[in-house]
Amino acid sequence: MTASEKLCLQKTACKVRMGIIESTHAAKCGHPGGSLSATEMFTYLYFKEMNIDPKNPKWEDRDRFVLSKGHTAPGLYSTLANRGFFPVEDLLTLRKTDSYLQGHPNMNMVPGVDMSTGSLGQGISVAAGMALGLKKAGKDARVYTLLGDGEIQEGQVWEACMFAAHYKLDNLVVIVDNNGLQIDGNIADVMSPYPIVDKLLAFGFHTVAIDGHDFDAIEKALEEAKTVKGQPCAIVMSTVKGKDVSFMENNAGWHGKAPNDAEYEQAMGELKAIMAELEGK
Amino acid sequence: MADVIKVATRDAYGKALKALGEKYDNVVVLDADLAGATKTGVFQKAFPDRFFDCGIAEADMMCVAAGLSTTGFVPFASSFAMFAAGRAFEQVRNSIGYPHLNVKIGATHGGISVGEDGASHQCCEDFALMRSIPGMTVICPADGVEAEAAVQAAYEFDGPVYLRFGRLAIPVFHEEGFKFQIGKGEVLQEGSDVAIIANGLMVYEAMKAAEELKTAGISVMLINMATVKPLDEELVLEAARKCGKIITCEEHSVIGGLGEAVCACLAEKLPTPVRRIGVNDQFGHSGPAAEVLEQCGLCASNIVKVAKEFCK
Repeated sequence: MTASEKLCLQKTACKVRMGIIESTHAAKCGHPGGSLSATEMFTYLYFKEMNIDPKNPKWEDRDRFVLSKGHTAPGLYSTLANRGFFPVEDLLTLRKTDSYLQGHPNMNMVPGVDMSTGSLGQGISVAAGMALGLKKAGKDARVYTLLGDGEIQEGQVWEACMFAAHYKLDNLVVIVDNNGLQIDGNIADVMSPYPIVDKLLAFGFHTVAIDGHDFDAIEKALEEAKTVKGQPCAIVMSTVKGKDVSFMENNAGWHGKAPNDAEYEQAMGELKAIMAELEGK
Repeated sequence: MADVIKVATRDAYGKALKALGEKYDNVVVLDADLAGATKTGVFQKAFPDRFFDCGIAEADMMCVAAGLSTTGFVPFASSFAMFAAGRAFEQVRNSIGYPHLNVKIGATHGGISVGEDGASHQCCEDFALMRSIPGMTVICPADGVEAEAAVQAAYEFDGPVYLRFGRLAIPVFHEEGFKFQIGKGEVLQEGSDVAIIANGLMVYEAMKAAEELKTAGISVMLINMATVKPLDEELVLEAARKCGKIITCEEHSVIGGLGEAVCACLAEKLPTPVRRIGVNDQFGHSGPAAEVLEQCGLCASNIVKVAKEFCK
């Protein structure tokens, strides 16, 4: 990608992060940590990679995205809003009674959400079913699914991996957000899923490991995925939980907690500083 | 009652799937390593390209079915009731029920008539589990003809449907060409002393019981309530008004199934004495199906006994 394209994506990612902070602050709850760690991936998928139409969210030939780690809905919602699927102001209704922005994504309520998720380990299976269906229907559309690194402790994830490899779902890309933290602490201490790359390789995936905050690396991995035939692809991305909000970074406590007013001001101040720096480039 | 042909509803399911496959290109079938037993193998043989074995991974299968349904296919996902409704409950609840996807669950080997395999495989909790999911339709046909018709009706219906079939061959009493209506009970016999509301293999047992009760001077209104949810409340209330006494019969726990659904309806709308015949909050055990059924009181003779006591 060109330098200006990359700069544009970086600015968008910063806006998506602001939406995450604003929405969870307004809701007084929600999951900022894992939303912030996956922000570059959300941004790249919806602003560069996926063949989608915000004016026609149910378009049959669209690429699909399944947020298997459904608790990071604030990240997905902020991305969809900034992409034009619904008004950005609505992010402030997150988790409120009568809002369509449920705590976890609902495909029948939110334009652009391809699957209702929230219970970990299920989204990847649904994504595999979508990939199989699209193939059977003779469509070229691709399916992307994002999982948490704690989520892959769920046994169903590996059932789905077997399925995806068995049915040679080369239109499926499984992305693991390896931010290293889950609710109870470090994933390696709670219940180590490592070595993640080796496991995915052993399950029959074409697997690459990248820096999940590097748009060049994301582009390279997703482009490479399109060249793979006869097997599904996996991208294991190293990320920082709470990325770009100093006090949230690498802190498991921010998995499912909203910033209070003072923390909100600080977080927005930091993100605005990042935006100002990007705008000065 | 003359001798009749016996068919296991699981066999009818396999036959019906093949017939659906012939008519509609968008029918796909999934199984979890039980295609021979659930009879989805009949579909597999006819349409290998539209059959997907998921291996012994029911949780994955239910969610794969959900995904397939979002791409325009109508998936029938099959396993034994124990694993379809039990093991994969939360997948069915969250990935099929909550998004209200057009997935059909074909659960075979429901109830204790599984027989020799014993309690681990005798699912008597599936109605309870499935009817607790908002928007889920729950059907348990009473014979092979009704089972085939129910599969067709489930295909035509837009939304999640749980179909429960049995392993045991049971008498066929519906005429060929029978049309299944989701949510509509079927009055098999009018009567005035007691109404028996049954489903699954208990319907034929109730028919036998009704004959015997007639000779004892008890007039039975007999209803086949194949759709457990949504319950045909109008018919339940009509039966209560006509007879003033209801007996429910199901091859399911007395907790959470047809009996409790009928009781809930009557308690709120027309309090009426009820006797529930079902599996009495216990696990089954190994043995030939007929013997296990009899030991649990799921037979005509027990229905007669309960009815006589009830109508004293």
